[in-house]
Amino acid sequence: MELKKIHSHLAGIAASRRMLPVLLVGGFFLSLALPRLDWVDSYVQLIIMYIGINVILSASLNLVNGYMGEFSVGHAGFMAIGAYTASVLTVSVFPPGAAGLFFPLAVAAGGAAAGAVGLVVAFPSFKTRGDYLAIVTLAFGMIVKSIIENIEWVGGPRGFIGMEKLTTLPWVFVWTVFSLWVIRNLVYSRYGRGILSIREDEIASDLMGVNTREIKVIAFVISSFFAGIAGGLFAHLLQFINPRCFDILKSTDILIMVYLGGIGSIGGSILGAGIYTVLLEVLRPMGIWRMVIMPLMLVLLMIYRPYGIMGLREFRWFVPGVDLEGLHRPDKKGKSKTDALAG
Amino acid sequence: MSRPYLVVSELSISYGNISAVRKVSFRVDEGEIVTLIGANGAGKSSILRALSGLIPFSGTVMFRGTDLGNMPPDRIVALGVAHVPEGRGIFGNLSVLENLRLATWQRKDGDGVRRDLDRVLALFPRLNERKEQPGGTLSGGEQQMLALGRAMMSRGNLLLLDEPSMGLAPVLVRDIFRVLRELNGEGTTILLVEQNAHMALQTASRGYVLETGRIVLTGTGRELDADPRVKEAYLGK
Repeated sequence: MELKKIHSHLAGIAASRRMLPVLLVGGFFLSLALPRLDWVDSYVQLIIMYIGINVILSASLNLVNGYMGEFSVGHAGFMAIGAYTASVLTVSVFPPGAAGLFFPLAVAAGGAAAGAVGLVVAFPSFKTRGDYLAIVTLAFGMIVKSIIENIEWVGGPRGFIGMEKLTTLPWVFVWTVFSLWVIRNLVYSRYGRGILSIREDEIASDLMGVNTREIKVIAFVISSFFAGIAGGLFAHLLQFINPRCFDILKSTDILIMVYLGGIGSIGGSILGAGIYTVLLEVLRPMGIWRMVIMPLMLVLLMIYRPYGIMGLREFRWFVPGVDLEGLHRPDKKGKSKTDALAG
Repeated sequence: MSRPYLVVSELSISYGNISAVRKVSFRVDEGEIVTLIGANGAGKSSILRALSGLIPFSGTVMFRGTDLGNMPPDRIVALGVAHVPEGRGIFGNLSVLENLRLATWQRKDGDGVRRDLDRVLALFPRLNERKEQPGGTLSGGEQQMLALGRAMMSRGNLLLLDEPSMGLAPVLVRDIFRVLRELNGEGTTILLVEQNAHMALQTASRGYVLETGRIVLTGTGRELDADPRVKEAYLGK
């Protein structure tokens, strides 16, 4: 009886998941159509793009802070590397007329540069964790900022300009979906289980035969890669970047989105980024009081929901079928069912 | 005697300037249950941690002809060493099934994994009842069963057990030891570290008594259990 109920519930999720391609294609066309139609003004479109970029940032930081249980506070540093790399490419390297054509390449290169630097941060994580690794990432963020401040040909502390407004709603949509897709699939893979086990108990994880070093490298590199992607999109939306855009306050913003939405949850990252971005805008008329109300709301949230909105839970929709039913498949029928769900 | 299984010679471990284990040598033959007993701080847990690659050591450890010196933990697991650490190391927020599945992280044989899972869940019906529950919500005894189940899932040939009786009621301790004998009967070699010396010595074929980082006595389980020196030093009276 109860099993039947669970199965019908699962079938419902499976059916709704079959809607995914429809939703994605629909969403993409909507993102194409919105700027052309007169439904929402350009301000709202801008906010939607910020939400997308922030979703990429919080989901990627969640990988390290939420799923792996480390505490990285230098995410804005990776964002800066992506932003500057992509900007230099579109402004100075790629042919001026065809910057739009090369834009995805520039953003991807920004991600790759950030990912390569993420590798450097992964190594200290072999030896240190917790508070001490947090200090390492904090120092990393400061180093990135001061290095950029001292490179004259990217404008030093004055900042870098000249980017065209290449970040559009469809591009934000595509990159956001792509990053969520990669992170979600990583989290529910064998490597993802390894990432979770490091959060739970690193020594036990070693003893289970998990190659914790390999896992940490993968998690840090993918996390910083997507921070770099977000940086590239951010730079070509704002069309002006300077080192102060990527200081500790920016990292703090991303941390707030992660812990507001909930650690270890992709749905939480989406909610956290969305709610935080929208609230900041809604509260904007309050002027300076915004910076009183917002932290106060966070304090209250942490008191009443210490794990954030979705902490350690997930929208059923993101969970693959195999995990919904657990590893244990009682019979062939159960197996075909899980396969249908996974597909 | 068959070919050497686990041979530890002149193993020394130090934490900074403090030496925890000093030139300890012992061996475990295939199919045996061997116990290391001793009071707190004798170095028992350190020895197990060194064997599974968690801490550096000097001296040599040969497992089935392979030198374990400087080998990372995941490769030692791949050789067939399963270590159930002190405090069990349960992944508290992950379900019982996920805990069991993590132990198969290196295994590629899906069918074998499923068979082993059925076997573990049959051996520990309590785990089967609670398989969707987070590991952290299990009782101490259930967690110990889960830890043993994970060791079985990793297809460990040599089981390193650190204080499996810790914090458990006597009935549960008997259950755990019954399972250990069962596993041993199926061909698993066990190196058991215990403070519950009486129980350990009754189960083990041989034992070593450790005192402040040195082996001071050795013999069969029965001999040591009857030895007044062991009784005096470790069982009281």
